[in-house]
Amino acid sequence: MFNRSAILSVRGIGHHTVDGVWRLGYASRFFALTLASSGTSFRRFRLIVRELYFTGVLSLIIILVSGLFVGMVLGLQGYHTLQTYGSESALGVLVALSLVRELGPVVSALLFASRAGSAMTAEIGLMKATEQLAAMEMMAVDPISRVVAPRFWAGVISMPLLAAMFSAMGIFGGYLVGVVLIGVDEGSFWSQMQAAVDFQEDIMNGVIKSFVFGVAVTWIALFEGYDAPPTAEGVSGATTRTVVTSSLAILGLDFLLTSFMFQGV
Amino acid sequence: MPQQNLIEIRDVSFAYDRRPILTGVDMVVPRGKVVAIMGVSGSGKTTLLRLISGVVKASRGEVRVDGALVQSLDQQAIYEMRRRMGMLFQFGALFTDLSVFDNVAFQIREHTQLPERMVRDLVLMKLDAVGLRGAHRLMPAELSGGMARRVALARAIALDPMLIMYDEPFTGLDPISLGVISNLIRRLNDALGATSIVVTHDVQEALDLVDYVYYVSEGVIVAHGTPDDMRASTDPLVRQFVYGEPDGPVPFQYPSREFARDLRLQ
Repeated sequence: MFNRSAILSVRGIGHHTVDGVWRLGYASRFFALTLASSGTSFRRFRLIVRELYFTGVLSLIIILVSGLFVGMVLGLQGYHTLQTYGSESALGVLVALSLVRELGPVVSALLFASRAGSAMTAEIGLMKATEQLAAMEMMAVDPISRVVAPRFWAGVISMPLLAAMFSAMGIFGGYLVGVVLIGVDEGSFWSQMQAAVDFQEDIMNGVIKSFVFGVAVTWIALFEGYDAPPTAEGVSGATTRTVVTSSLAILGLDFLLTSFMFQGV
Repeated sequence: MPQQNLIEIRDVSFAYDRRPILTGVDMVVPRGKVVAIMGVSGSGKTTLLRLISGVVKASRGEVRVDGALVQSLDQQAIYEMRRRMGMLFQFGALFTDLSVFDNVAFQIREHTQLPERMVRDLVLMKLDAVGLRGAHRLMPAELSGGMARRVALARAIALDPMLIMYDEPFTGLDPISLGVISNLIRRLNDALGATSIVVTHDVQEALDLVDYVYYVSEGVIVAHGTPDDMRASTDPLVRQFVYGEPDGPVPFQYPSREFARDLRLQ
Protein backbone atom coordinates (compact mmCIF):
# COMPACT_ATOMS: atom_id res chain seq x y z
CA MET A 1 0.00 0.00 0.00
CA PHE A 2 2.73 2.43 0.98
CA ASN A 3 4.79 1.56 -2.06
CA ARG A 4 1.85 2.17 -4.38
CA SER A 5 1.08 5.64 -3.06
CA ALA A 6 4.77 6.52 -3.11
CA ILE A 7 4.97 5.51 -6.76
CA LEU A 8 1.83 7.51 -7.54
CA SER A 9 3.20 10.67 -5.94
CA VAL A 10 6.51 10.34 -7.77
CA ARG A 11 4.58 9.85 -10.99
CA GLY A 12 2.56 12.92 -10.12
CA ILE A 13 5.73 14.96 -9.70
CA GLY A 14 6.90 13.67 -13.05
CA HIS A 15 3.64 14.68 -14.73
CA HIS A 16 3.71 18.13 -13.20
CA THR A 17 7.27 18.71 -14.30
CA VAL A 18 6.60 17.56 -17.84
CA ASP A 19 3.45 19.69 -17.98
CA GLY A 20 5.35 22.66 -16.61
CA VAL A 21 8.09 22.39 -19.20
CA TRP A 22 5.54 21.91 -22.00
CA ARG A 23 3.68 24.98 -20.81
CA LEU A 24 6.88 27.03 -20.69
CA GLY A 25 7.56 26.06 -24.29
CA TYR A 26 4.04 27.02 -25.30
CA ALA A 27 4.42 30.36 -23.50
CA SER A 28 7.69 31.03 -25.31
CA ARG A 29 6.13 30.38 -28.71
CA PHE A 30 3.30 32.69 -27.68
CA PHE A 31 5.86 35.36 -26.80
CA ALA A 32 7.66 34.99 -30.11
CA LEU A 33 4.34 35.19 -31.96
CA THR A 34 3.37 38.35 -30.05
CA LEU A 35 6.63 40.03 -31.03
CA ALA A 36 6.29 38.90 -34.64
CA SER A 37 2.70 40.20 -34.86
CA SER A 38 3.55 43.64 -33.50
CA GLY A 39 3.51 45.34 -36.88
CA THR A 40 -0.19 46.22 -36.65
CA SER A 41 0.25 47.72 -33.17
CA PHE A 42 2.85 50.19 -34.39
CA ARG A 43 1.15 51.00 -37.67
CA ARG A 44 -2.07 51.75 -35.81
CA PHE A 45 -0.60 53.35 -32.72
CA ARG A 46 -4.05 54.27 -31.47
CA LEU A 47 -4.48 50.64 -30.39
CA ILE A 48 -1.47 50.93 -28.06
CA VAL A 49 -2.59 54.33 -26.78
CA ARG A 50 -5.94 52.90 -25.77
CA GLU A 51 -4.26 50.11 -23.82
CA LEU A 52 -1.79 52.58 -22.29
CA TYR A 53 -4.76 54.30 -20.73
CA PHE A 54 -6.14 51.09 -19.23
CA THR A 55 -2.87 49.63 -17.98
CA GLY A 56 -0.82 52.74 -17.26
CA VAL A 57 -3.06 55.67 -16.47
CA LEU A 58 -5.51 53.66 -14.37
CA SER A 59 -2.60 52.32 -12.29
CA LEU A 60 -1.35 55.81 -11.49
CA ILE A 61 -3.31 56.30 -8.29
CA ILE A 62 -2.14 53.11 -6.64
CA ILE A 63 1.46 53.66 -7.76
CA LEU A 64 1.64 57.28 -6.61
CA VAL A 65 -0.03 56.69 -3.26
CA SER A 66 2.05 53.60 -2.55
CA GLY A 67 5.20 55.45 -3.58
CA LEU A 68 4.38 58.25 -1.19
CA PHE A 69 3.83 55.88 1.73
CA VAL A 70 6.92 53.79 0.99
CA GLY A 71 9.01 56.95 0.83
CA MET A 72 7.56 58.21 4.08
CA VAL A 73 8.32 54.93 5.86
CA LEU A 74 11.85 54.98 4.43
CA GLY A 75 12.25 58.47 5.81
CA LEU A 76 11.11 57.40 9.27
CA GLN A 77 13.05 54.16 9.47
CA GLY A 78 16.07 55.69 7.82
CA TYR A 79 16.23 58.55 10.27
CA HIS A 80 15.70 56.20 13.19
CA THR A 81 18.70 54.06 12.19
CA LEU A 82 21.00 56.77 10.84
CA GLN A 83 20.76 58.99 13.88
CA THR A 84 22.36 56.27 16.05
CA TYR A 85 25.50 56.78 13.93
CA GLY A 86 25.09 60.53 13.76
CA SER A 87 24.55 60.39 10.00
CA GLU A 88 21.07 61.93 9.67
CA SER A 89 22.30 64.16 6.89
CA ALA A 90 22.68 61.06 4.71
CA LEU A 91 18.92 60.46 4.84
CA GLY A 92 18.44 61.80 1.32
CA VAL A 93 21.03 59.36 -0.02
CA LEU A 94 19.40 56.44 1.77
CA VAL A 95 15.91 57.22 0.55
CA ALA A 96 16.92 57.96 -3.03
CA LEU A 97 19.22 54.98 -3.52
CA SER A 98 16.81 52.49 -1.94
CA LEU A 99 14.02 53.69 -4.15
CA VAL A 100 15.84 54.14 -7.43
CA ARG A 101 17.84 50.93 -7.28
CA GLU A 102 15.38 48.50 -5.69
CA LEU A 103 12.07 49.58 -4.25
CA GLY A 104 10.94 51.66 -7.21
CA PRO A 105 11.23 48.98 -9.87
CA VAL A 106 10.30 46.04 -7.65
CA VAL A 107 7.36 47.36 -5.65
CA SER A 108 5.81 49.16 -8.59
CA ALA A 109 6.17 45.97 -10.67
CA LEU A 110 4.46 43.96 -7.93
CA LEU A 111 1.63 46.50 -7.77
CA PHE A 112 1.41 46.59 -11.56
CA ALA A 113 1.16 42.80 -11.67
CA SER A 114 -1.66 42.75 -9.15
CA ARG A 115 -3.61 45.59 -10.69
CA ALA A 116 -2.95 45.74 -14.40
CA GLY A 117 -1.66 42.20 -14.89
CA SER A 118 -4.65 40.50 -13.34
CA ALA A 119 -6.98 42.87 -15.25
CA MET A 120 -5.35 41.90 -18.55
CA THR A 121 -5.57 38.21 -17.72
CA ALA A 122 -9.24 38.45 -16.76
CA GLU A 123 -10.11 40.50 -19.83
CA ILE A 124 -8.44 38.16 -22.32
CA GLY A 125 -9.67 35.06 -20.49
CA LEU A 126 -13.24 36.34 -20.63
CA MET A 127 -12.89 37.29 -24.29
CA LYS A 128 -11.80 33.72 -24.91
CA ALA A 129 -14.66 32.28 -22.82
CA THR A 130 -17.31 34.34 -24.63
CA GLU A 131 -15.88 33.28 -28.03
CA GLN A 132 -14.88 36.84 -28.95
CA LEU A 133 -11.38 35.68 -29.93
CA ALA A 134 -12.85 32.87 -32.06
CA ALA A 135 -15.21 35.37 -33.70
CA MET A 136 -12.25 37.62 -34.51
CA GLU A 137 -10.39 34.66 -36.07
CA MET A 138 -13.46 33.88 -38.14
CA MET A 139 -13.51 37.46 -39.39
CA ALA A 140 -9.94 37.00 -40.63
CA VAL A 141 -8.47 39.31 -37.98
CA ASP A 142 -5.56 37.79 -36.07
CA PRO A 143 -6.40 38.12 -32.34
CA ILE A 144 -2.71 38.10 -31.40
CA SER A 145 -1.91 41.19 -33.43
CA ARG A 146 -5.18 42.98 -32.65
CA VAL A 147 -5.71 42.16 -28.97
CA VAL A 148 -2.52 40.73 -27.44
CA ALA A 149 0.31 42.73 -29.04
CA PRO A 150 -1.07 46.25 -28.25
CA ARG A 151 -1.49 45.24 -24.61
CA PHE A 152 2.04 43.86 -24.52
CA TRP A 153 3.63 47.06 -25.78
CA ALA A 154 1.42 49.18 -23.55
CA GLY A 155 2.64 47.21 -20.53
CA VAL A 156 6.28 47.43 -21.57
CA ILE A 157 6.02 51.20 -22.11
CA SER A 158 4.08 51.87 -18.89
CA MET A 159 6.26 49.90 -16.51
CA PRO A 160 9.42 52.02 -16.52
CA LEU A 161 7.34 55.20 -16.43
CA LEU A 162 5.35 53.99 -13.45
CA ALA A 163 8.52 52.88 -11.65
CA ALA A 164 10.04 56.32 -12.19
CA MET A 165 6.94 58.02 -10.81
CA PHE A 166 6.95 55.66 -7.84
CA SER A 167 10.55 56.58 -7.04
CA ALA A 168 9.85 60.29 -7.48
CA MET A 169 6.86 60.19 -5.13
CA GLY A 170 8.91 58.14 -2.70
CA ILE A 171 11.70 60.69 -2.59
CA PHE A 172 9.10 63.38 -2.03
CA GLY A 173 7.62 61.28 0.80
CA GLY A 174 11.05 60.87 2.34
CA TYR A 175 11.55 64.63 2.09
CA LEU A 176 8.17 65.26 3.74
CA VAL A 177 8.95 63.08 6.71
CA GLY A 178 12.67 63.73 7.01
CA VAL A 179 12.98 67.44 6.34
CA VAL A 180 9.52 68.88 6.96
CA LEU A 181 8.38 66.72 9.87
CA ILE A 182 11.54 65.64 11.64
CA GLY A 183 13.82 68.53 10.73
CA VAL A 184 16.81 67.02 8.95
CA ASP A 185 18.82 69.72 7.21
CA GLU A 186 17.27 70.35 3.81
CA GLY A 187 20.50 71.40 2.18
CA SER A 188 22.40 68.25 3.09
CA PHE A 189 19.34 66.11 2.25
CA TRP A 190 19.34 67.19 -1.39
CA SER A 191 23.02 67.88 -1.96
CA GLN A 192 24.23 64.55 -0.61
CA MET A 193 21.57 62.81 -2.66
CA GLN A 194 22.74 64.60 -5.78
CA ALA A 195 26.33 63.58 -5.11
CA ALA A 196 25.64 59.94 -4.33
CA VAL A 197 23.06 59.04 -6.97
CA ASP A 198 24.74 58.35 -10.28
CA PHE A 199 22.66 58.52 -13.45
CA GLN A 200 24.36 55.61 -15.19
CA GLU A 201 24.93 53.33 -12.23
CA ASP A 202 21.75 53.84 -10.25
CA ILE A 203 18.97 55.42 -12.28
CA MET A 204 19.60 53.66 -15.60
CA ASN A 205 20.00 50.32 -13.85
CA GLY A 206 16.67 50.89 -12.18
CA VAL A 207 15.10 51.70 -15.55
CA ILE A 208 16.56 48.56 -17.09
CA LYS A 209 15.17 46.53 -14.22
CA SER A 210 11.69 47.97 -14.59
CA PHE A 211 11.82 47.36 -18.35
CA VAL A 212 12.69 43.69 -17.75
CA PHE A 213 9.93 43.42 -15.14
CA GLY A 214 7.48 45.02 -17.56
CA VAL A 215 8.24 42.45 -20.23
CA ALA A 216 7.98 39.57 -17.76
CA VAL A 217 4.75 40.69 -16.05
CA THR A 218 2.95 41.58 -19.27
CA TRP A 219 4.04 38.36 -20.97
CA ILE A 220 2.82 36.24 -18.05
CA ALA A 221 -0.46 38.15 -17.74
CA LEU A 222 -1.28 37.90 -21.45
CA PHE A 223 -0.29 34.25 -21.73
CA GLU A 224 -2.33 33.17 -18.70
CA GLY A 225 -5.36 34.98 -20.10
CA TYR A 226 -4.91 33.54 -23.58
CA ASP A 227 -4.43 30.00 -22.22
CA ALA A 228 -7.14 30.12 -19.56
CA PRO A 229 -9.83 27.41 -19.66
CA PRO A 230 -13.01 29.16 -20.87
CA THR A 231 -14.91 28.78 -17.58
CA ALA A 232 -15.39 30.85 -14.43
CA GLU A 233 -12.96 28.69 -12.45
CA GLY A 234 -10.55 28.76 -15.36
CA VAL A 235 -10.38 32.55 -15.49
CA SER A 236 -10.18 32.84 -11.71
CA GLY A 237 -7.32 30.34 -11.61
CA ALA A 238 -5.58 32.19 -14.41
CA THR A 239 -5.70 35.58 -12.65
CA THR A 240 -4.36 33.99 -9.46
CA ARG A 241 -1.53 32.36 -11.39
CA THR A 242 -0.71 35.67 -13.07
CA VAL A 243 -0.24 37.47 -9.77
CA VAL A 244 1.69 34.63 -8.12
CA THR A 245 3.94 33.79 -11.08
CA SER A 246 4.59 37.47 -11.85
CA SER A 247 5.52 38.23 -8.26
CA LEU A 248 7.93 35.31 -8.07
CA ALA A 249 9.40 36.21 -11.45
CA ILE A 250 9.90 39.83 -10.39
CA LEU A 251 11.70 38.88 -7.21
CA GLY A 252 13.80 36.22 -8.93
CA LEU A 253 14.76 38.50 -11.81
CA ASP A 254 15.53 41.27 -9.34
CA PHE A 255 18.09 39.11 -7.60
CA LEU A 256 19.61 38.09 -10.93
CA LEU A 257 19.81 41.64 -12.25
CA THR A 258 21.07 43.08 -9.00
CA SER A 259 23.91 40.57 -8.83
CA PHE A 260 24.98 41.52 -12.35
CA MET A 261 24.58 45.26 -11.98
CA PHE A 262 25.89 45.92 -8.53
CA GLN A 263 28.94 43.67 -8.28
CA GLY A 264 31.37 44.92 -5.75
CA VAL A 265 29.58 48.22 -5.31
CA MET B 1 -18.38 28.66 -64.39
CA PRO B 2 -19.13 28.29 -60.69
CA GLN B 3 -19.52 24.76 -59.41
CA GLN B 4 -22.87 23.35 -58.41
CA ASN B 5 -21.70 22.66 -54.85
CA LEU B 6 -20.19 25.33 -52.68
CA ILE B 7 -18.92 22.85 -50.11
CA GLU B 8 -17.84 19.26 -50.63
CA ILE B 9 -16.75 17.07 -47.75
CA ARG B 10 -15.48 13.64 -48.84
CA ASP B 11 -14.62 10.80 -46.45
CA VAL B 12 -13.44 13.16 -43.73
CA SER B 13 -12.23 11.90 -40.37
CA PHE B 14 -11.14 14.03 -37.44
CA ALA B 15 -9.89 13.13 -33.99
CA TYR B 16 -9.04 15.33 -31.02
CA ASP B 17 -6.40 13.98 -28.63
CA ARG B 18 -6.87 10.49 -30.04
CA ARG B 19 -10.62 10.68 -29.40
CA PRO B 20 -12.44 10.25 -32.73
CA ILE B 21 -14.95 13.03 -33.36
CA LEU B 22 -15.85 12.41 -37.00
CA THR B 23 -15.44 9.23 -39.05
CA GLY B 24 -15.84 8.90 -42.81
CA VAL B 25 -18.19 11.87 -43.27
CA ASP B 26 -19.54 12.69 -46.75
CA MET B 27 -21.44 15.93 -47.15
CA VAL B 28 -22.36 18.28 -49.96
CA VAL B 29 -23.79 21.80 -49.69
CA PRO B 30 -25.21 23.11 -52.97
CA ARG B 31 -24.97 26.80 -53.79
CA GLY B 32 -27.84 29.00 -52.67
CA LYS B 33 -29.37 26.43 -50.35
CA VAL B 34 -29.95 26.43 -46.62
CA VAL B 35 -28.65 23.18 -45.14
CA ALA B 36 -29.14 21.99 -41.58
CA ILE B 37 -26.69 19.83 -39.67
CA MET B 38 -28.56 18.28 -36.78
CA GLY B 39 -27.66 15.90 -34.01
CA VAL B 40 -27.48 15.50 -30.27
CA SER B 41 -24.97 17.53 -28.27
CA GLY B 42 -21.41 16.34 -28.76
CA SER B 43 -22.04 14.53 -32.03
CA GLY B 44 -19.47 16.56 -33.94
CA LYS B 45 -21.70 19.20 -35.58
CA THR B 46 -19.64 22.23 -34.56
CA THR B 47 -16.48 20.40 -35.64
CA LEU B 48 -17.86 20.31 -39.18
CA LEU B 49 -18.16 24.10 -39.14
CA ARG B 50 -14.60 24.41 -37.88
CA LEU B 51 -13.36 22.08 -40.64
CA ILE B 52 -15.11 24.17 -43.27
CA SER B 53 -13.70 27.43 -41.97
CA GLY B 54 -10.22 25.98 -41.64
CA VAL B 55 -9.94 26.33 -37.87
CA VAL B 56 -9.03 22.63 -37.64
CA LYS B 57 -7.58 20.29 -40.26
CA ALA B 58 -9.07 16.92 -41.09
CA SER B 59 -6.82 13.95 -40.41
CA ARG B 60 -8.19 12.16 -43.47
CA GLY B 61 -10.35 13.08 -46.45
CA GLU B 62 -11.01 16.30 -48.35
CA VAL B 63 -12.83 19.49 -47.45
CA ARG B 64 -13.44 21.68 -50.48
CA VAL B 65 -14.89 25.19 -50.28
CA ASP B 66 -15.70 26.81 -53.63
CA GLY B 67 -13.38 24.31 -55.29
CA ALA B 68 -10.39 25.03 -53.05
CA LEU B 69 -8.96 22.31 -50.80
CA VAL B 70 -9.02 23.85 -47.32
CA GLN B 71 -6.26 21.65 -45.86
CA SER B 72 -3.75 22.81 -48.45
CA LEU B 73 -4.26 26.53 -47.86
CA ASP B 74 -1.70 28.58 -45.94
CA GLN B 75 -2.67 31.03 -43.20
CA GLN B 76 -2.94 33.99 -45.60
CA ALA B 77 -5.18 32.07 -48.01
CA ILE B 78 -7.37 30.86 -45.15
CA TYR B 79 -7.85 34.46 -44.01
CA GLU B 80 -8.77 35.42 -47.60
CA MET B 81 -11.33 32.61 -47.64
CA ARG B 82 -12.77 33.62 -44.28
CA ARG B 83 -13.39 37.13 -45.55
CA ARG B 84 -16.03 35.59 -47.80
CA MET B 85 -17.64 33.70 -44.92
CA GLY B 86 -19.72 34.88 -42.02
CA MET B 87 -20.31 32.96 -38.80
CA LEU B 88 -22.94 33.49 -36.15
CA PHE B 89 -21.76 32.09 -32.81
CA GLN B 90 -24.12 30.56 -30.29
CA PHE B 91 -24.42 33.54 -27.98
CA GLY B 92 -23.44 36.19 -30.49
CA ALA B 93 -19.84 36.66 -29.34
CA LEU B 94 -20.14 40.43 -29.77
CA PHE B 95 -17.12 42.50 -28.74
CA THR B 96 -18.27 43.77 -25.38
CA ASP B 97 -16.05 46.83 -25.36
CA LEU B 98 -17.51 48.16 -28.65
CA SER B 99 -20.95 49.58 -29.38
CA VAL B 100 -23.43 47.82 -31.69
CA PHE B 101 -22.39 50.17 -34.50
CA ASP B 102 -18.67 49.51 -34.00
CA ASN B 103 -19.27 45.76 -33.80
CA VAL B 104 -20.96 45.69 -37.20
CA ALA B 105 -18.39 48.13 -38.62
CA PHE B 106 -15.48 46.03 -37.34
CA GLN B 107 -14.94 43.88 -40.43
CA ILE B 108 -15.56 46.75 -42.80
CA ARG B 109 -12.97 48.91 -41.07
CA GLU B 110 -10.42 46.11 -40.77
CA HIS B 111 -10.59 44.78 -44.31
CA THR B 112 -11.51 47.77 -46.48
CA GLN B 113 -10.29 51.34 -46.84
CA LEU B 114 -13.79 52.77 -47.26
CA PRO B 115 -14.33 56.32 -45.93
CA GLU B 116 -16.27 56.61 -42.68
CA ARG B 117 -19.35 58.02 -44.43
CA MET B 118 -19.67 54.86 -46.52
CA VAL B 119 -18.96 52.66 -43.52
CA ARG B 120 -21.78 54.41 -41.67
CA ASP B 121 -24.21 53.84 -44.53
CA LEU B 122 -23.27 50.18 -44.83
CA VAL B 123 -23.56 49.55 -41.11
CA LEU B 124 -26.97 51.18 -40.90
CA MET B 125 -28.15 49.17 -43.92
CA LYS B 126 -27.02 45.89 -42.34
CA LEU B 127 -28.65 46.78 -39.03
CA ASP B 128 -31.81 47.73 -40.87
CA ALA B 129 -31.85 44.29 -42.53
CA VAL B 130 -32.02 42.67 -39.10
CA GLY B 131 -34.42 45.29 -37.75
CA LEU B 132 -32.07 46.96 -35.26
CA ARG B 133 -31.10 50.21 -36.97
CA GLY B 134 -32.39 52.23 -34.00
CA ALA B 135 -30.19 50.32 -31.57
CA HIS B 136 -26.89 51.25 -33.13
CA ARG B 137 -25.68 53.33 -30.17
CA LEU B 138 -26.30 50.65 -27.54
CA MET B 139 -23.58 48.55 -25.94
CA PRO B 140 -23.80 44.73 -26.10
CA ALA B 141 -24.44 44.53 -22.36
CA GLU B 142 -27.67 46.49 -22.86
CA LEU B 143 -29.11 44.05 -25.42
CA SER B 144 -31.41 41.10 -24.83
CA GLY B 145 -30.30 37.66 -26.02
CA GLY B 146 -32.36 37.80 -29.19
CA MET B 147 -31.20 41.31 -30.03
CA ALA B 148 -27.56 40.40 -29.43
CA ARG B 149 -27.86 37.52 -31.81
CA ARG B 150 -29.41 39.73 -34.46
CA VAL B 151 -26.57 42.24 -34.11
CA ALA B 152 -24.11 39.36 -34.44
CA LEU B 153 -25.94 38.36 -37.61
CA ALA B 154 -25.65 41.89 -38.99
CA ARG B 155 -21.93 41.74 -38.17
CA ALA B 156 -21.57 38.37 -39.91
CA ILE B 157 -23.10 39.67 -43.16
CA ALA B 158 -21.20 42.98 -43.12
CA LEU B 159 -19.04 42.03 -46.11
CA ASP B 160 -21.82 40.18 -48.02
CA PRO B 161 -20.35 36.71 -47.57
CA MET B 162 -20.93 33.81 -49.93
CA LEU B 163 -21.37 31.40 -47.00
CA ILE B 164 -23.08 32.08 -43.69
CA MET B 165 -22.70 29.55 -40.89
CA TYR B 166 -24.96 29.46 -37.84
CA ASP B 167 -23.88 27.66 -34.66
CA GLU B 168 -27.03 26.86 -32.66
CA PRO B 169 -28.88 30.05 -33.60
CA PHE B 170 -32.14 29.06 -31.90
CA THR B 171 -30.81 28.10 -28.48
CA GLY B 172 -32.36 29.91 -25.55
CA LEU B 173 -34.64 32.23 -27.52
CA ASP B 174 -38.26 33.12 -26.87
CA PRO B 175 -40.78 32.08 -29.57
CA ILE B 176 -40.94 35.54 -31.15
CA SER B 177 -37.17 35.88 -31.44
CA LEU B 178 -37.05 32.32 -32.76
CA GLY B 179 -39.43 33.24 -35.53
CA VAL B 180 -37.48 36.41 -36.29
CA ILE B 181 -34.13 34.62 -36.58
CA SER B 182 -35.61 31.81 -38.64
CA ASN B 183 -37.18 34.33 -40.99
CA LEU B 184 -33.93 36.30 -41.22
CA ILE B 185 -31.85 33.23 -42.06
CA ARG B 186 -34.04 32.47 -45.06
CA ARG B 187 -34.47 36.07 -46.23
CA LEU B 188 -30.80 36.97 -45.95
CA ASN B 189 -29.75 33.78 -47.69
CA ASP B 190 -31.96 34.52 -50.66
CA ALA B 191 -31.34 38.29 -50.74
CA LEU B 192 -27.54 37.92 -50.64
CA GLY B 193 -27.54 34.96 -53.02
CA ALA B 194 -25.51 33.17 -50.36
CA THR B 195 -25.43 29.63 -49.02
CA SER B 196 -26.24 28.90 -45.38
CA ILE B 197 -25.38 26.10 -43.01
CA VAL B 198 -27.37 25.90 -39.78
CA VAL B 199 -26.08 23.69 -36.97
CA THR B 200 -28.91 23.06 -34.56
CA HIS B 201 -30.79 20.56 -32.54
CA ASP B 202 -34.04 22.49 -32.71
CA VAL B 203 -35.89 20.09 -34.98
CA GLN B 204 -39.19 21.88 -35.60
CA GLU B 205 -37.68 25.24 -36.54
CA ALA B 206 -35.03 23.59 -38.70
CA LEU B 207 -37.37 21.33 -40.65
CA ASP B 208 -39.64 24.30 -41.46
CA LEU B 209 -36.71 26.44 -42.57
CA VAL B 210 -34.13 24.47 -44.51
CA ASP B 211 -33.83 22.84 -47.91
CA TYR B 212 -31.77 19.81 -46.85
CA VAL B 213 -30.87 18.06 -43.62
CA TYR B 214 -27.84 16.06 -42.46
CA TYR B 215 -28.24 14.12 -39.24
CA VAL B 216 -25.00 13.39 -37.39
CA SER B 217 -24.73 10.88 -34.57
CA GLU B 218 -21.48 9.91 -32.83
CA GLY B 219 -19.36 11.32 -35.61
CA VAL B 220 -21.13 9.63 -38.51
CA ILE B 221 -23.83 10.86 -40.89
CA VAL B 222 -26.69 8.47 -40.10
CA ALA B 223 -29.32 10.07 -42.31
CA HIS B 224 -29.77 12.88 -44.80
CA GLY B 225 -32.56 14.15 -46.99
CA THR B 226 -35.12 16.88 -47.44
CA PRO B 227 -37.20 17.86 -44.39
CA ASP B 228 -40.11 15.79 -45.71
CA ASP B 229 -37.80 12.76 -46.02
CA MET B 230 -36.76 13.21 -42.39
CA ARG B 231 -40.32 13.53 -41.15
CA ALA B 232 -41.38 10.39 -43.02
CA SER B 233 -38.29 8.34 -42.12
CA THR B 234 -38.76 4.91 -40.56
CA ASP B 235 -35.21 4.69 -39.18
CA PRO B 236 -35.60 4.47 -35.36
CA LEU B 237 -32.65 6.79 -34.69
CA VAL B 238 -34.07 9.51 -36.94
CA ARG B 239 -37.57 9.05 -35.57
CA GLN B 240 -36.35 9.38 -31.99
CA PHE B 241 -34.62 12.66 -32.88
CA VAL B 242 -37.35 14.18 -35.02
CA TYR B 243 -40.18 13.35 -32.63
CA GLY B 244 -38.19 13.90 -29.46
CA GLU B 245 -38.77 10.49 -27.94
CA PRO B 246 -36.97 10.20 -24.60
CA ASP B 247 -35.78 6.63 -25.12
CA GLY B 248 -34.80 4.66 -28.19
CA PRO B 249 -31.52 3.98 -30.00
CA VAL B 250 -30.08 6.87 -27.93
CA PRO B 251 -30.65 5.47 -24.42
CA PHE B 252 -32.18 7.39 -21.53
CA GLN B 253 -29.88 5.87 -18.89
CA TYR B 254 -26.20 6.85 -18.76
CA PRO B 255 -24.20 3.58 -18.79
CA SER B 256 -24.22 2.19 -15.24
CA ARG B 257 -24.24 -1.01 -13.21
CA GLU B 258 -27.43 -2.93 -12.56
CA PHE B 259 -29.80 -0.92 -10.37
CA ALA B 260 -30.18 -3.79 -7.87
CA ARG B 261 -26.41 -3.90 -7.40
CA ASP B 262 -26.21 -0.14 -6.80
CA LEU B 263 -28.98 -0.41 -4.19
CA ARG B 264 -27.04 -3.33 -2.70
CA LEU B 265 -29.96 -5.75 -3.04
CA GLN B 266 -27.80 -8.46 -4.64
